Amino acid sequence: MKAISLIIDNQKVSAQEGDILLWVALKNGFYIPNVCALKERAVPFAGCRLCFVEIEGYPEPVTACTETIREGMVVKTKTATVQKLQRAAFELILSTHHVNCGHCGKNKKCELQKIALHLKVRLRSKRFRLIPKNLPLDESHPLFTYDPDKCVLCGRCVWLCREQQKVGTLNFAYRGFEMLVTTFGDSLAGVANCTQCRKCVDACPVGALLFKEEQLIREEHNA
Amino acid sequence: MTEPTNTIEEEKIQKEIHKLLQDFSSTRENLIPILQAIQTTFGFIPQEALRETAAFLKISPGEIFGVATFYNQFRFTPPGKHQVKVCLGTACHIRGGDIIMEEWKRRLQIKEGGVTEDHEFGLERVGCVGCCVLAPVVQVGDIVHGKMSPSVVNGILLQCELAKREEDKTHNETE
Repeated sequence: MKAISLIIDNQKVSAQEGDILLWVALKNGFYIPNVCALKERAVPFAGCRLCFVEIEGYPEPVTACTETIREGMVVKTKTATVQKLQRAAFELILSTHHVNCGHCGKNKKCELQKIALHLKVRLRSKRFRLIPKNLPLDESHPLFTYDPDKCVLCGRCVWLCREQQKVGTLNFAYRGFEMLVTTFGDSLAGVANCTQCRKCVDACPVGALLFKEEQLIREEHNA
Repeated sequence: MTEPTNTIEEEKIQKEIHKLLQDFSSTRENLIPILQAIQTTFGFIPQEALRETAAFLKISPGEIFGVATFYNQFRFTPPGKHQVKVCLGTACHIRGGDIIMEEWKRRLQIKEGGVTEDHEFGLERVGCVGCCVLAPVVQVGDIVHGKMSPSVVNGILLQCELAKREEDKTHNETE
């Protein structure tokens, strides 16, 4: 592997040829918002539309997770155009996300809170009409809970479960606004094939999948 | 037929599916043709059928559930005896198809895709029935009703009610 150098936000950065821009930037301390990216995933999902950057010589902004670095690449992560795209994508995600940080097990560890701070966007954004799912919390799995109202459909858990673990318990189902991450027959109670590998919960960027044990510790801490 | 699926019926479903799966090779690309065959046979896709298909194709049941729920053409509950298809294609939409849909919903007290408690009526929206000149169109069973209005909804319901009474009468007489 050849070492190459590129410029991110006016700073020279060196990395390996073939690396993906998003991971190079994050590794070198340049935060680019993202929720769907997974290092293990060879073909990125590129579904969250948050990791836009501008690259010199490109006619329009591109997603950093789909971009392989090149020698002498000049990248800007915080231009007005980029932030406009990121804010729109982020506020669209928030329009279907049940914001209830005070009572959420992911509070202070949530990727959405981090992104809101970075983009200077309020979590209770009024820009788009809210489309709450209003689905019940599923507590039937022994290890974790699943709250579809918090899910941002990033697809991390689905990919890990199906493509990496070859289990296929969690899947996308339904379509359009009704689309969900769910299991066979819409209940975690009936999942016989879950191997309890814990990857899905570890990968969840928001409070949709949470370990039951963590919530217990949290409740005790708050009591 | 209104009672929930019992064991005998489940066995019957299983037998039918095994018979139906014989026509297919066990490859992923056969998933949708198999689902279509199941729907043609049963009028809907029973959960049991999804499980059998999953085992047959060696795909997880969850993944098959994901595929099946994505398509509008698949349904997971038995259709009503009279399946009401309200056209909301372009022409019918412009001619007020949504008002007709609202009237059916109000009269039958069910949502789109739902079935009444007595399994007499099922309600669904369809793309285009193919007779836009008659818009707004509703298809009940195989009969197409053109130039619909909310009052005609009443008429159709009355017709079905009368036909049912007649049927019950002859049924009782033969007994």
